[in-house]
Amino acid sequence: MVIAGAGECGTRAAFALREQGWDGPVILAGAEPSPPYERPPLSKTGELKPICDPATLREADITFLPGAEAAGLDTAAHVLELAGGRRLPYRSLLLATGARARRLPFGGAPVHVLRTRADSALLREQLRPGRRVAVIGGGFIGLELASSAAALGCAVTVIELGPRLMGRAVPARVAAVMAQRHVAAGVDIRCGTGVTGLARTASGVMITLAEGGTVEADVVVAGVGAAPETSLAEAAGIEVADGIVVDARFATSAPDVFAAGDCCRYPHPLYDDRPLRLESWRAAQEHGTAAARAMLGGTEPYAGVPWFWTDQHDYTLQVAGLADTASCEVVRVRPDGTEIWFGLADGGRLVAAAAAGPGNSVARDIKLAEMLIARRAAPDPAALADPGVALKSVLRSPVAG
Amino acid sequence: MPQWIAACAADDIDPEDVIPFEHDGSDYAIYRSPDDVYYATDGHCTHEKTLLCDGLVMGGVIECPKHNGRFDYTSGKALGAPVLVDVRTYPAKVIDGTVYIEVG
Repeated sequence: MVIAGAGECGTRAAFALREQGWDGPVILAGAEPSPPYERPPLSKTGELKPICDPATLREADITFLPGAEAAGLDTAAHVLELAGGRRLPYRSLLLATGARARRLPFGGAPVHVLRTRADSALLREQLRPGRRVAVIGGGFIGLELASSAAALGCAVTVIELGPRLMGRAVPARVAAVMAQRHVAAGVDIRCGTGVTGLARTASGVMITLAEGGTVEADVVVAGVGAAPETSLAEAAGIEVADGIVVDARFATSAPDVFAAGDCCRYPHPLYDDRPLRLESWRAAQEHGTAAARAMLGGTEPYAGVPWFWTDQHDYTLQVAGLADTASCEVVRVRPDGTEIWFGLADGGRLVAAAAAGPGNSVARDIKLAEMLIARRAAPDPAALADPGVALKSVLRSPVAG
Repeated sequence: MPQWIAACAADDIDPEDVIPFEHDGSDYAIYRSPDDVYYATDGHCTHEKTLLCDGLVMGGVIECPKHNGRFDYTSGKALGAPVLVDVRTYPAKVIDGTVYIEVG
């Protein structure tokens, strides 16, 4: 068994192969030089957190190859070739190559991105009290970096192209809770404008805004999305469409080749087999476990409810399901003032839920909503809206799937 | 030297729920199972030290609110990635409507 990519997904798959009883060789090849590490902390605290103690890889008899970038794939011969020439024959291959941070389409000044520990180290050196930090992109990476920069005493401006923050995956009223939190923390939020140019000046970097005006900064960071790493698959003739195309078992168009995590696009059984490419820690974990099962001959389709969290300042926002598949919304206002947003599809099925609040205060309700989503439940909207009705009782009522 | 300390009133916890308890600088989580048996564990998840008390209790399982690591709170057993290390448990009992746990 060969796994190309030693991030969250690939590393999980390696251990899952052992947990599921595979006794043969497991080769985990990662392009980065370090042992597998967690990406979520990089945008929050900047700390380097290993996914596992490297000793556990050895104990599980997993052959870990760092600094081993995949260079070519011969699907007919079942061989993965690494840069440098080493050839890895495989019975089954998992492509867990992840994604790379997109860059701005123009130059003019240095711009940081954040994907790897190396990116993080370079950026963190620049985050010092009083420095002016411009974050281009009001998505999760941008906003988490804005939060950590503000906490480090930087003067932060966030520039977002869309009309509001986190427009891709978070419902408006939940995003608004976070926006207020950023403003309260002194972050300058500029929505509805793109960036048309960058120029170095004597005192830093001048950012020209599409809607007019400029922002001056000492440090510029772009959080403008991630592009799936699919070139290896494409060159091998495997079907790719903004992600390596797989079925619900993570099987690609090439025999015995699977793809999972940030790099793949898979049909989701809960959402009419809509092809999804999710960039989340939970998806990477669950895909890794499910792909291992498929590599060992399993046939069960993967239908885990999409879920992610983001930590910004002292708040956590969690989303379960796909908010953009909802056609109507129901809001539960808890006694503590926190709002839980529920998204229902036509016909009343719960398809998404989201909330933001201090610490981990929204976790339980979102978890219960996630369980309702998984069961294809169509709960009574009045029960969802009523804070006096325990969500657990909604879960256990006969209508809940 | 282990000793029994009073943690809370039995009715402070709803059935199939968990509350935090702090004693002498340490955090604990006290559980009331669906069939009214009381249990206690360390208050922190073994994965990243998140407080378990904000998590969801379903049956005999507590799920960490941060990354959804799951533990059997009756035995402390970690039920799979991302939690790989069992959480420590403490004996718990109810006397006259008060929950006591044995710590130290």
